[in-house]
Order: sequence, then structure tokens, then C-alpha cells
Amino acid sequence: MAKQRAIVIGGGLAGLAATMKLAEMGVEVDLVSLTPVKRSHSVCAQGGINSVNDQTRQLGDNEWSHFDDTVYGGDFLQHQPPVKEMADWAPNVIDLMDRLGVTFNRTPEGFLDRRRFGGTLFKRTAFAGATTGQQLLYALDEQVRRQEEAGLVKKYEYWDFLGPVLDDAGQCRGCVIQDLVSMEIRTLAADAVLVGSGGPGLIYGRSTMSMVCTGSAASRCFQAGVKYANGEFIQVHPTAVPGSDKLRLMSESARGEGGRVWVPRTPQDPRSPDQIPEAERYYFLEERYPAYGNLVPRDIATREIFNVCTAEGLSVESERLCVYLDLTHLPRELLDTKLGGILEIYEKFQGVDPRDVPMKIFPAVHYSMGGLWVDYDRTPEGGLMLGSPRNQQTNVPGLFAIGECDYQYHGGNRLGANSLLSCIFSGLVVAPGVVNFFNGLSSNAADLSASFFDAERQKHQEQHDSLLRRRSGKENPYLLHQELGNVMTRSATVVRHNDILREAIETVHELRDRADKCALSDTGNWTNQNVVFTKSLLDMFPLAFTILQGALARDECRGAHYKPEFAMPGIEADSPEEKRRLAEEWCDRFEANTNKWLKSTIAEYDASSREVRLSYEEVDTSLIPPRPRLYGLVGAETIEEVWKERTVKRQDGAGGNGSPAQTKDTVASQ
Amino acid sequence: MIDKVQDSPKFVEVRALRQSGPQQRSFWERFRVEYEPDMNVITLLQRIAARPRTADGQDVAPVAWDCNCLEEVCGACTMVINGRARQACSALVDRLLEDNPAEIELRPVTKFPVIRDLMVNRSRLFRSLSKQKAWVPVDGYYDMGAGPRQSEEEQQAAYPYSQCMSCGCCMEACPQFRKIELVQRDDESDEDFAAREQAEFDRNFVGPHAIAQTMLFNQNPTGRMNADERLDALTSAGGIQVCGNAQNCVAVCPKEIPLTTAIAQAGRAATVHTIKRWFDQ
Repeated sequence: MAKQRAIVIGGGLAGLAATMKLAEMGVEVDLVSLTPVKRSHSVCAQGGINSVNDQTRQLGDNEWSHFDDTVYGGDFLQHQPPVKEMADWAPNVIDLMDRLGVTFNRTPEGFLDRRRFGGTLFKRTAFAGATTGQQLLYALDEQVRRQEEAGLVKKYEYWDFLGPVLDDAGQCRGCVIQDLVSMEIRTLAADAVLVGSGGPGLIYGRSTMSMVCTGSAASRCFQAGVKYANGEFIQVHPTAVPGSDKLRLMSESARGEGGRVWVPRTPQDPRSPDQIPEAERYYFLEERYPAYGNLVPRDIATREIFNVCTAEGLSVESERLCVYLDLTHLPRELLDTKLGGILEIYEKFQGVDPRDVPMKIFPAVHYSMGGLWVDYDRTPEGGLMLGSPRNQQTNVPGLFAIGECDYQYHGGNRLGANSLLSCIFSGLVVAPGVVNFFNGLSSNAADLSASFFDAERQKHQEQHDSLLRRRSGKENPYLLHQELGNVMTRSATVVRHNDILREAIETVHELRDRADKCALSDTGNWTNQNVVFTKSLLDMFPLAFTILQGALARDECRGAHYKPEFAMPGIEADSPEEKRRLAEEWCDRFEANTNKWLKSTIAEYDASSREVRLSYEEVDTSLIPPRPRLYGLVGAETIEEVWKERTVKRQDGAGGNGSPAQTKDTVASQ
Repeated sequence: MIDKVQDSPKFVEVRALRQSGPQQRSFWERFRVEYEPDMNVITLLQRIAARPRTADGQDVAPVAWDCNCLEEVCGACTMVINGRARQACSALVDRLLEDNPAEIELRPVTKFPVIRDLMVNRSRLFRSLSKQKAWVPVDGYYDMGAGPRQSEEEQQAAYPYSQCMSCGCCMEACPQFRKIELVQRDDESDEDFAAREQAEFDRNFVGPHAIAQTMLFNQNPTGRMNADERLDALTSAGGIQVCGNAQNCVAVCPKEIPLTTAIAQAGRAATVHTIKRWFDQ
């Protein structure tokens, strides 16, 4: 048999971690990326990477607690074994990155410095200034360059992934790629294809994501038969700076280092912020969430900022919505050494020094918790069976997904500084599984006939040529993209309503039909960015339907998915008895909702009708039973009291953890 | 917010130097883009891509350019804007109009071969990182515990260098860094061409960024164990001796990396290294 190879699609943290680890295990890798890998979107990650550490450990923290925060923050929608494994590995991941030369900030004694991030009360986050993603990516980029020099990695930079190549049995045998410079289309044979192509932010038009984050690679896998899970869970980051081309992230670390979010109590107070006395400032996050303050989980901070500007009319400006993110009370030296990178971004793009003047920020689409469905192999203890080929493998044999484009680690909402961890972790953990997958194969892709691959190439060549020939249409792909972004942003971000979602699905259908008539302004075959963009636009529609249909079907509030109609507000009552009664009712309702909705949305694409079909999958909550997320809820103490009593009762009765989610039936519905 | 230009114009005049492919003749084309508040050069190019029509009404192919993060951390969108090499994303239109209200001029950087329009091939820039072995040669990627302890001072000294995004501005400004543009011969395989190109890159100046990266890894507690290998490369053809100390690099670096400090340190290290090698003989 010919030597087995792997293909990695995407050179961000996940793709590079997988490439580096595979190379170490002796597997040769073809690394395909739209951009030189050093310019991947991971560079935009700012704040840091989480793990339990020697200091937090002595304050009562441990791996289980990191796991618990991640699951609680994610509203229990993630299968727990992979998350537990990730939290267990986190200290080792940071140690490895430290050894690779990442310039993590240090304590005076020379240890890694840590800061606090949202959704936890511990300082778990290691960081390199405010450019942690960039530093981590560079360390992996350097190792992959080293492996490239050793002859184990071949890079295809400025190449687009057009789709996986599946054999008659439905097994992935390689992929089709296109050179963005010469427009040449070719196939690569491989025994495993690992997709680490990141998130689909461009479906929303402008977001905090980079221009390569079109979701096209994930969509092409989806259209080839890979399931897509929890698409409706899109994280809207609380703090970004609006721009005409992009919404620029303002890291959570700004709040982690003491930044405070506020609005003037007087709507659109015309005074400059430094002239507004403390008493006339409304620090709404601190007032409403005394324990977590400005560091509540992102979905909550986002909704509060959105609400304070819309429902409460307290936006700082009248023409556009924004609140203050204030660092001016912090020492300049601290700001420079710990947040320099992001403050320079604000200064460069807004022309104002945030050390002197509070920043004006507003939420923006930031991260997709959902993504390609992947499997995992569970140990009896509830961790991952390391080296199992099932880990990170999609339902298409031989096709794996890692990083942001998988759905596995963050459930309904991702905690800050957990994404860099999940990207590197999934990239490292997939490698031994791929090697074992190779060992179990009876035939190798390289032994398949050339005509098999050429037929695939031909198919894509014809699609490409027909796009170039299509000159009759009047539709403009860039303007359609703007329209798509507007519809998606209006319907499927912070607050979701069923009537608006229904309308959006109709509109997106219309947009897709119009996109079929896109005319190209460039019909040449040299560095044709027009045709590449048009292809990625066409591939946005299947994912847009997945997001919208998933959101429409899910009649509840969970993590980032918020429908006011199904919200469970807190409880208020004068007498303790009445409060108690309301809390019982609240818990009944919570249990009923858990039974009905604690399940992953699974989308499948039907190529003939071009429609998306939904079904649902049980969530493995066997390690930590689901419990209400009570951050800042009125009456939380009473609800918690009732909930604890019920948990004890259940445990006594069932002799196990007796989580209600475990007894529910799978519900399949449209 | 930035003070708005008095009486914001209705249109922004953009003049772009275009080129349909490698080694082809370049030509200027003028575009008129409707003014919007808070525009940057990326927005201008996006508007041109959406409606590629010249100022005199000719429908043309859209201008090709490279970009990704749009927040000046990926290094992709480097081009020459009003005569200065910089990133298009952080080039704010209001600021550019303050300097020259008549037009905004866009050209590809001149030290790398043009692929098309404003897109250039910067593979040489990454090749020089390979030549310099700009990485920490760890034993492997298994868990071996934490890395070496480092003082705050060491971290603060290394951090600026680790922010280098390989954008190419320092090479554009450097008088010693000259463009290399080879053409694949008809009878030459892709592999042979790549090998010939790499040899040519390696013979010529590595560039300020690669010198700075050499010093970053030579100062890393683990990286310094292989400092001699990197200094061998740095004192070979195309190494530090080519630097003419014009100090242009440090002036144009968008990340304000102390490139000349690194070059001075590298120069001293190279001298010591050469003498040491001479005694070793």
C-alpha cells in the first residue's frame, strides 16, 4: 500500500496544532489555506487562554471546576466527556505553548501571569499582552514551518477547498482544491481530511471575524453530507467597535483587567464622560450582577448592553447604539503592558486614546458555538478514549472537524478564553486518532484510480466554468451579501422572534434564488477574486438556513439563543411562602423545558431540494446534571434552595444523579 | 471620534496602479467612490469590487487585493498608499484626505513580484524565516511540564518582536532589499523552479524582519541553545552584513518593533560569532 497522508484544511490554531502533532507522529500532511497560515483569523483572538493553575488550585479551583464553569456557561448543551477532557488537558496545553516560546506575560517571580475572564470567579487566563491569539498562532506557525523544512508538511497557501472527495461507500478519500492565483483546480488524495476552517461570521455581513471566515469549507462539507449541529448558537460578543468594513473586537480582557461598562443615567447626556459624576453613571452590569459584575458570561452581557440601549433608551449616542467601556481609572502602565495591543487598535481606528477617554462599544457577531457534527469515544469514567478514531470524526468516515468549525465544546454559549483552548486541544487530540484510523484501513486513497479523482476534478471544473460563463444575470454578489448580512443580523442575533425568523427564512430563499443569477464582473482565469467570492456567497445559504431554521424551531432560551416569548424571568413576592411557591413553579417549568429542549439541533442538507432538515440528538449530561443558570436573576436564592432540595431528593430516590435530561425522549421535528 | 473633514466630500477619488498579471505592463485607473463616514482603504476597495467602473464610466475588472483581519494584526493588506507602505485597513480615508483632498493613490509594494493589481507574492518573506530557523527547537509536543521561568523584563523585551506580522513594510523601505522576480522556464518543473527560486532568495538579503526574529529566538531560554545555527545563517550570503544601516525599517514598522535595536544586537553577535568560528577552525 502507498503511504498514508492527511490533509488539513485551514491554518489557524486548530489546523496548525493538528498538522504539527501529525508530523511529529510521522504522518505527512498537505496543509491547505485560503491565506498564508500566519495570517489566519486566530491572530484576532486577544484576551487569553484558560486553565486551572497552581494559584487558583490553592483557592479551591480544579479541573472539574473549569469543566463545570464551561458547561454551566454553555447552558449544558455540550456533551460533557470532551469538555471534561479539555479542562483536564488545559494546563498541559498552556505548558506546551509556553515551551514553544509564546511570550506570555509574567509575574515578578517569573511565573505565567493570569487574569480573570467572564463566567468564572478564578484567575485562570494566561495571556500575552492583548494579542494572545496572534502569539499562540505564531508559535504553531513556527513549528509547522520547522516540520515543512523537515519535509513532512506541504503547504497549499492561497488555495480554496472546494469540497471533499467521497468514494462509493461514502468514505472521504481526499479533496478538491483551487489555486486562488492561477485558478487551477486539482484533487489531493488522502486517507483523512481534517477541516479546521473556523467560523462563518461573514454570513452576518460584518462581524468580528476576518474576511476568510465565510464558512464555505464547512458548508461544502455540509452539502456533501456532513451533519451540522447547533447552528443557531451564534455568540454575539458584548464589546466591539463598529466600523464600515468590520466590527472590531474589544477583548473581554479589558473588563478582566478592571474595565467598567456604564451609561449616563440621563439619556444621551451631552456632557463629556469625564464630566459626569459617579452618582450619575449607571454601571448596569455591576448593579445587576453583584457577584460577577462586568464579567458575567458573554450572552448575558450582550443582552444587557443591547437592552440598556434599546428598551431602556440609554445609549450614549442618539444616532447609533453604544455604551461606555471605561478604562480611564486604571494606571497607564498596567494598560500598556497588559492591554496595549487592543488599545492601539482602538486608537488607530477611532483616533481616540482609550487611556484618556472611555471607549464606545456595542455587541457584534463573534463566534459560532455550532458547527460540523463530530463524534467522540467516551471512557467509563466520562473522559475521552485517547487515540480513538471516533474523536473529532464527522459522520463521513475519514472526514474530521476541529476548532471553531466543530460544535463540540461550547454548548449554547462559549466562555471567554476557552476558544483558544478548544482549538489547540481539538487539534492535538485528533492526531493519534487519525493515526489509529489509518491503521484500521484496508485500502489507501493513493491506490485509488486516477480516473476516480479526475472525475471529481472535472465536476468542479465544470461548475467553475459555468459560473464564469454566466453573464446574463443582473445580480451583484457583493450587494446580495450585504442584504444577506442585514437579514441575518436583524433576525438571528441577540433577540429572536419567531415571526421575524419566519420572514427571514423567506427572504433568504429569495436571496438564494437571486444569487443563482449573479453576474460576474471578472470572467478571467487569473486571480479572479470575484468568482471565489461568489462561490463562497452561494455556500453561505445552506448555513444561513441552518441557523435560521434551528433558531425558529427552538422555542426556549438557552445560552446565546434568546427568545423573549419563552424567557423565564425571576420571581418576586412579598411573603416567603409565596416566594417559595413561585420558586417551585419556576423549577417545574425549568425541568419541563430541560426535558423538551436539552438536545442538540442536527441539520442535514438535502441536495436535491436544497433544503435543510432538522432532527435532534441527546446530550450526554451524565457528569454534571443540568441546573438553572441563575446569574443575576431576581429571587435566585429561593430558586436555588428549591433546586438543591429537589436534587437531593432525586439522588436519594434514584441512587444516581437522576438528571431529568437523561430520561427524556429524543424529539424529532422540523 | 476623529474630527470630520470640513464639508465631507461627496466622492473620494481613488487612483490605482493596476497590472493584469506578472511581468505585464502596469497602468493607472481612476475610480470615484461615494464618500461614507469612517471609511478606510479596505472600504474603498470593497466599493470598487462591488461596482468596478472607472471614473470615466468604463466597466473594468475589479481591483485585486489581499486582506484578512482588517484590524492590523494579520499583515495581509500591505500596499503603498499615498506613497507610504502600510496596511490598507488602518489607512483611514478622513486622515488621508486631510493630507491630500484631491485623491488617494494606491500602488502595490515594489519589493515583491506583482501577482495582479495590488496583490504581490511575499513567499520570500516566509522563506527567510525558514532560513533563519526562526522557531524554538523543542524536543517534541508531548507534555514535558512548563517552559523555563522568565523574568518580566525578558518577557517585555521579547514581546515587541513576537508581534511581527510579516507584513513586508520594513522590506519595502529597505534600500538593500531588492526585488527578485524569476520566471518559470517552459522546460522547468514546478519543483525545479521552486528550488531555483529558493536558492536565489537565500543568496539575497533576508530583510530586517528576519534579523529581528533571529534575535527573538536567540534570546529565548530554549532557543538560545541553537543560537549558533541561526548566527551561521545570519552571517552567510544575504545575511546581516548586507544591512546598510539606513534605519528606514524601524521608521515604517506599523507595530513599532525596535528593528534597529535588533540589528545592532545581531551585528555584535555576528562579529563575536565570526571570530569564534575562525578560532574553531
